[in-house]
Amino acid sequence: MKFRTFAAFVGPSIFLMLLFIAAPLVSVFTQSFYLTQPVVEIVTEEVCTPGFLTQTCTTETRSQPVLDEDGRVVRETTFVGLQSYRNVLEPQRAWEAVSNFDFRGLLAIDFWKALRFTLTFTLITLPLVIGVGLAIALAVNNAAKVVRGPVIFVSLLPFIITPVIGALSIRWLFVGEGILTRALEWYLERDIAMFAQGWTIELLMLFYRVWHVAPFAFVIFYAGLQTVNTDTVEAAIIDGASRWQRLWYIIIPHLMPLIVFVALIHLMDAYRVFEEIVGFSSQAHVISLQWLTYDFLQPDDSGNRAVSRASASAMLTMIGIVILLIPLLRKTWRDHRGVR
Amino acid sequence: MSGPKALQQPLSLRFFSGAFLTFWCLLAAFPIFWIAVMSFKAPVDAFAGNPLDVILGPMTRAGGDGLTLIDVVVGIAMLYGAVQVATRALPKLVAIDTPWSNEILRWLIASAAFAIGFVLVFFGLLPPILNAANSALGLEPVIGLTTVHYQAVWVENAFWRNFVNSLIVTVGVVTVSLTVGTLAGYALARSGSQLAFWILIIALIFRALPHSVLVAGYLPVFVNSAAILEPILGENAPTLYGQPLAVIAVLVSINQPFTIWMLRSFFMSIPAELDEAARVDGCTHFQAFRWVIMPVMWPGVITTGLFSFLLAYNDFLVTSLLLDASNQTMVPAIAGYFNRETTTTDQVEAVAAAVSITAPLFLLVMIFQRQIVSGLTAGAVKG
Repeated sequence: MKFRTFAAFVGPSIFLMLLFIAAPLVSVFTQSFYLTQPVVEIVTEEVCTPGFLTQTCTTETRSQPVLDEDGRVVRETTFVGLQSYRNVLEPQRAWEAVSNFDFRGLLAIDFWKALRFTLTFTLITLPLVIGVGLAIALAVNNAAKVVRGPVIFVSLLPFIITPVIGALSIRWLFVGEGILTRALEWYLERDIAMFAQGWTIELLMLFYRVWHVAPFAFVIFYAGLQTVNTDTVEAAIIDGASRWQRLWYIIIPHLMPLIVFVALIHLMDAYRVFEEIVGFSSQAHVISLQWLTYDFLQPDDSGNRAVSRASASAMLTMIGIVILLIPLLRKTWRDHRGVR
Repeated sequence: MSGPKALQQPLSLRFFSGAFLTFWCLLAAFPIFWIAVMSFKAPVDAFAGNPLDVILGPMTRAGGDGLTLIDVVVGIAMLYGAVQVATRALPKLVAIDTPWSNEILRWLIASAAFAIGFVLVFFGLLPPILNAANSALGLEPVIGLTTVHYQAVWVENAFWRNFVNSLIVTVGVVTVSLTVGTLAGYALARSGSQLAFWILIIALIFRALPHSVLVAGYLPVFVNSAAILEPILGENAPTLYGQPLAVIAVLVSINQPFTIWMLRSFFMSIPAELDEAARVDGCTHFQAFRWVIMPVMWPGVITTGLFSFLLAYNDFLVTSLLLDASNQTMVPAIAGYFNRETTTTDQVEAVAAAVSITAPLFLLVMIFQRQIVSGLTAGAVKG
C-alpha cells in the first residue's frame, strides 16, 4: 500500500485522535502551570449613615471582581509554576504526617486518600477477577452443552450493565432497608449500616467490580480453553498426571498469554475506578484519583471550576498510568521485533 | 459428556462444579432481577423485610394493582414466544438476502419491527383482552404489580427527553466511529509499515488514559469556545459546551483507539488474497475496500458497533461534565434521582429509571450474545 493511500484511509481517525486526545493532553499539561482567576480589586469607600447630631462614618474595604465594559467578570491567567501541584499534593502536610508515622493524617489529604484507595482497589481486585473468571470458565467447560448458552447469557448481564446502574443495583440491596441488609441483620442479630463507614463501602465496591469484570475474564478464558491441545492432555493422563497437575502444568500455561492480557486490561480499567464512587455515593468516605479530577471540574457554589487543580491532579493520575503501561509496551515492542 | 474413560470426572467434582456454576448464575442475575421486581411494587413492598412480600407485593395488591393467574400464565407464554422469535425466527428472516439492502440495514429494520410489535402486543393488545377475561371469570389478583413509578419517571419527570438525547448521542457515536474506524482499521491491517505499528502503539497508550484527564482538557475550551472561535467563524461561533454534537465527536475520539484495534483484528482474519484479486481486476484500494472487503466484514462491523454503542450508552463521566441539564443523557440524569432520595417513593422511582436504562441492554445481550462473545475474544485470542 502506498503511503498516500494509507494516509487517506487513516487520516480521519488520526485527525480525531490528535484533536481530541493529543491536543487536550498538551492543554492539560500547560493548564496545570497556570491559574485563571477573576481579577479582584480592593475598593475602599467611606460609608456614612445619618445619625443624631453627627453622621457616623466608617471606611470599609471590600474586594470585588473587576467588570469590563460589557459587565462581564474580567479573568486573568497567571503562571504559577508548581503551585497547583502543591495545592493537590500538600507536600508539607504530607511529609509531616509521614515523618510522624501518622497515616491517618496523611490520608486526611484528598490526593493521598484517593491514591491509597485506587491502588488497593486495583491490586485486590486483580487476583480475584482472574481467579473467579478462571473458575467459571472451567466450570462451564465441565457443564453439559445444553446449559452453556444460558449460562453465558446470564454471565454477560453484569458485564454489559451500565457501571453506575450496576453499582446502584448492589447499593439498593444493601441500603438501610435493603433486602440483604435485612437478611444480614436477621442472621447476625444486630444492626448493620453498610454505608456508614469506609471499609464496608470498600468491600461492596470490591464485590461490585469483581462481579462486573469476572464475566469478561470468563469469556476470554473459556475461548482459550477450547484450543487446549487434547493430545497433550491425553499424554499427561497416560503419564499419570492428576487433575490438579493437568490444570497446573498444561491448562494454566496454555492460558498464560490470556491471563496476562486480562490482567493488563483490568489494571488499566481498575486504575480508572470512578463509577463506583458515583453509584455508591461514597465521596464522604472513599474517593478515587479519577473522581478527584472530576470533583475539581464540577462547578462549585459560585459556578467556578478549579481547572488548574484538576489539571494538576490529572497529570499526577497520568504518571500512574504510564508506570502501569511500561511492561505492556515493552512486551508489544519485543513481539513486534520478534515478528520482523 | 463422552470421551476416554480417564477424562470422565468423579461425581464429587461434577457436583461441585455444577453447584459453583449455579451459585455464580444466581449471583450474576440476582441484583438485576431484584431491582426489576422492586420497580413494579409500591414503596412499602419494595423495601419490605420479607423477600416474599417484595415478590408478591401484598400492599401493592391492596392498592388495587395486580396480576391474576391468567395474566401471569399468558404473560409468561407471550414472553417465551417473544424470546423464541427474537433468537430463532429473527436471524432467519434477516438472513434472507434481498438485492436492495445489506445486513446492517436488515438488522435495524428487523429489530425496530420487533420492538414496535412487542410494545403493541404487550401494552396495546393484551391488557384489554386480559381485563375482559378477568372480569368475566371474576378473578382476584395474586401478584401485586404497578407501573405508577414508570409513569412518574417517563411522563411526569420527562425522562423521555433524556432517552431522546441518549438516542442521538449513541446513534451518532456508532455511525461516525464505524465509518472512521473501518477505514483506519483496514489500512492498519493491510499495511505492515513501521508507521502503522507506531500508530497502533500510540492508540494503545491513548486507550489507557483516564477520561477525566481528557475532559479536564476539553472543559475550559468548550465553555469558552464562542470567544475562541470568533476570529475564525465570526458572530455565530458556537459554544460547544452542552452540544450533543460536540459530545459525539469527543466520545468517538475517545473510543477510536479501541475501535481501530478491534476492527484491525477482524480485518486481519480476512485473507489479503481477496483484495489482491480485486486489485488485479482493476479496483482501486478504496473500491476493493468498499465492494470486496466490506461485504464480508459485516460480522466484525456489527460486533464493533455493539461495543461502540455500549461505550457511548454507558458513559457517565464525559456526558455529565460536557452536557448541561437541558440536554442530559439518561445515565447522568439518574444521578439527579438518587441524590434527592428523600422518600421511599423517590427511591423506587430511581429504581424504575435504572431498570428503564437496563432494559435495552438486556435485549441487546439476548439478540447479540454471539457477537458480543466473538468481540471479546477477537482482541485476546487472535492478536
